[in-house]
Amino acid sequence: MTAVKMTVNGQKVSHEVADNTLLVTFIRETLGLTGTHVGCDTSQCGACVVHVNGASVKACSMLAAQADGADITTIEGIANGDELHPMQKAFHENHGLQCGFCTPGMVMSAIELVEKGGKLSEREIREGLEGNICRCTGYHNIVRAVQDAAEEMGG
Amino acid sequence: MPEGITNQGIGASVRRKEDKRFLTGRGRYTDDISRAGQLYAHFVRSDVAHAKIKSVDTANATAMEGVHAVYTGDDIAADNVGSLINGWSVNNRDGSAMTEPPHPVLAQGKVRYVGDHVAMVVAETLDIAKSAAELVQVDYEELAAVVDLDQAAGGAQIHDDLPGNTYFDWELGDEAATSTALENAHTIVSATLRNNRLVPNAMEPRAAVAEYDHIDDSFVLYSTTQNPHLLRLVICAFVLGIPESKMQIVAPDVGGGFGSKIYLYAEEACCTWAARKLRRPVKWTADRTQAFLSDAHGRDHINRVQMGLDKSGKIIGLRVDTLANLGGYLSAFSVATPTYLHGTLLSGCYDIPAIYTNVKGMATTTAPVDAYRGAGRPEATYILERTMDIAARQIGMDPAEFRRLNFIPKTAFPYQTAVALQYDTGDYEPSLDKALAMIDYKGFANRRAEAAKRGKYRGIGISSYIEACGIAPSAVVGALGGRVGLYESAVVRVDPTGTVSVFTGTHSHGQGHDTTFAQIVAEKLGVSIDAVEIVHGDTNRIQFGMGTYGSRSLAVGGTAISKALDKVIEKGKIIAAHMMEASDADLEFKDGKFIVAGTDREKSFGEIALSAYVPHNFPHDRLEPGLEETAFYDPLNFTYPAGTHICEVEIDPATGVTQIVDWAACDDFGNLINPMIVEGQVHGGIALGVGLGLVVVAVFVVFGLLLSASFLVYCMPRADNLPSIKLDYTVTACTHNDLGVKGCGEAGAIASPPAVINAIVDALSVVGVTDMSMPATPQKVWRAIQAATKTAAE
Repeated sequence: MTAVKMTVNGQKVSHEVADNTLLVTFIRETLGLTGTHVGCDTSQCGACVVHVNGASVKACSMLAAQADGADITTIEGIANGDELHPMQKAFHENHGLQCGFCTPGMVMSAIELVEKGGKLSEREIREGLEGNICRCTGYHNIVRAVQDAAEEMGG
Repeated sequence: MPEGITNQGIGASVRRKEDKRFLTGRGRYTDDISRAGQLYAHFVRSDVAHAKIKSVDTANATAMEGVHAVYTGDDIAADNVGSLINGWSVNNRDGSAMTEPPHPVLAQGKVRYVGDHVAMVVAETLDIAKSAAELVQVDYEELAAVVDLDQAAGGAQIHDDLPGNTYFDWELGDEAATSTALENAHTIVSATLRNNRLVPNAMEPRAAVAEYDHIDDSFVLYSTTQNPHLLRLVICAFVLGIPESKMQIVAPDVGGGFGSKIYLYAEEACCTWAARKLRRPVKWTADRTQAFLSDAHGRDHINRVQMGLDKSGKIIGLRVDTLANLGGYLSAFSVATPTYLHGTLLSGCYDIPAIYTNVKGMATTTAPVDAYRGAGRPEATYILERTMDIAARQIGMDPAEFRRLNFIPKTAFPYQTAVALQYDTGDYEPSLDKALAMIDYKGFANRRAEAAKRGKYRGIGISSYIEACGIAPSAVVGALGGRVGLYESAVVRVDPTGTVSVFTGTHSHGQGHDTTFAQIVAEKLGVSIDAVEIVHGDTNRIQFGMGTYGSRSLAVGGTAISKALDKVIEKGKIIAAHMMEASDADLEFKDGKFIVAGTDREKSFGEIALSAYVPHNFPHDRLEPGLEETAFYDPLNFTYPAGTHICEVEIDPATGVTQIVDWAACDDFGNLINPMIVEGQVHGGIALGVGLGLVVVAVFVVFGLLLSASFLVYCMPRADNLPSIKLDYTVTACTHNDLGVKGCGEAGAIASPPAVINAIVDALSVVGVTDMSMPATPQKVWRAIQAATKTAAE
């Protein structure tokens, strides 16, 4: 067992976890933050993307112990109270989600893409989301949403 | 469209009501649900494709600390647990019934595919369950695998009572008339076409949480199903022998289904059975590998096609002989998919006087194959639309004009096809013309020449499709071998304050029912969509239902809602007439108000709702209090969406990589309730078909192992595989449902694969390539270019 302390969505948390606990398991099962999803077992699908110290990370590719001391943001932590993050708003306005399962990871990846990418072309957005799989939307409206959010976020 | 369109009613692109919970991480999927004291299940799966089970030694696993039970096929047999069911039976050509071998939830003496369920371990934690599963020792006597569909009939016999590994040998159409037509044809077009096998891969893997209350002898099963009531019926009546009244199925938020979550699977049955034995909740969630191995796969047909044309290019006959791979067991709708959902679609949008099809449903030692987005209709459309292009090329006619020549004319509706269906309405030329204009078909030659200057091969491919959806009249389905009814139900409950709850037997797993159905209510009752709750996915709350698949939710479920709303309005009129001392016949309902025609007397919808529940001034002699109405709607026919999709590609001959550079689609879905949601459905369907066309195939190696069993190997379409998509519509309203709607969930998936391949073959035609199979991977395309170039040089 390992003692881990981290800040998750602005709250300090500390828990004892088994050494082999993945960060995503810690988030979902220990903390009960089930908005972060598990869609594969090979780190391909991106449903589990969270921000670790501001960088988007597939939470299935990291142990909870490795995140000791980190500042973590999950999909539950990006809205400002009742006001949605511009990326959440843009997904809603552009119908960028259907079943919602890939959505948390897609939104978290897209936020980092826009924050780091500046002015992005459609091709850059499509390539930037290569690590997130969506089975419902055909990505068309996701790309539109990211374009809109980028405007709003000053990207 | 009906009158009174508001910005929330029918025809408005209302933003979805369900979005906020998904966007903020508050969705509630099955794996998000945990019950106090729950145990975790893990399944020991066969790692060989075909074998007799000589013994299963569970001693070491059972002895492991934290393990509560290890169950095998013997335990299932001892408890008389029933087989999973085949939901559709067809007759063979000779009139005999097809063969339906059992499909046990844990293997009985034999395994028939890699991933088959051999034993179930239930433990305190998932880690313990997985570790214990490693200790279960299965001694197999291996038998020859049967993987190659073309050779399946001569392969090792998979089921004792299934000689030739043939579940059925079915036919449809007039063989003699078709043979005569082909003999008399001026041109014969022949092709062998394969619909490649796919793995469903909804992003949410299947999961189940089963609870048993031993005091009440009752169950709750949380499941990732598209079809809660059918699941309840099957698990109660056929598998576990439980009274339906003692079983609650909850399908909460479900992360996509695409058909793969229609059926009851072994894991759900085993978890429910084990929860009763252990008197503890039992949870199971598939990881992606298990999903690859044991979700029912899709497609996998080989087709030999002959089309006959007269001198003018008119099609006079079509024969299709199909081998359909159904895998090691019959999944619930595996029989319907390649037969009545496939053979009936072979006329497409064309006037073809003689059609005959023979379909052999084959057993192989691979995972069961069942319905997947489109279910039989994409496979049929691929056959027809590829053959249309091959034929046009063979007779030197433009593929658009060849289609136009053969379209069923607008004046011919209702049109009886040679393969059982009667299309109620349609008009195919306007869709073709619009799509041609959207993609600038006339300018294609210039674009091709420009691409050639850059060293690229550019091609364009058309696919004009029809589908039969909104499945469909129960009596017809029953007569054809279906074992379920296919109506849909709705309850509309109006509260005393005028808010409305709609209880629907359909299930939303991405389709946006919360919004679309609320728009129907808003339109008809004149209330805000915010005053409407759509309730689905819980057998204790919903009267009954047949779930969501086959693009049926709106056409069948939406129509049931519409009919229940009409009953609410009729009752409201009687109440209003009583309150305003008017005659029923003088009452009108408009914009949320009951009005005495020609007067200024009116009552709001809210006033009538209140009066129904506080019935002080109420027509007690004519009505019971309350305002809640039920409708069960059984359609008169399928609905027939149709349209044309056109794909334009550029291929880099140096690498064989295909880039889709443009896509235009013009669909006829009848009336649209929420165009934004419809567009999303079409986008997703196209993405699926593009995946099949370019990258997706499930590959089994010769000894039956699924080689492509993870996202590392199995290529899912990503954002950078897909283009932006141009969509438009034509509208011929469905003639036999109240809303004039046809359904849109599968159209993109049905239309798109042949458009992709037709475009690729067109691009490669410059070097003499005439054929390309799915998926057109870069390697395959590159090799085709090399081979054609070499042949030309020789």
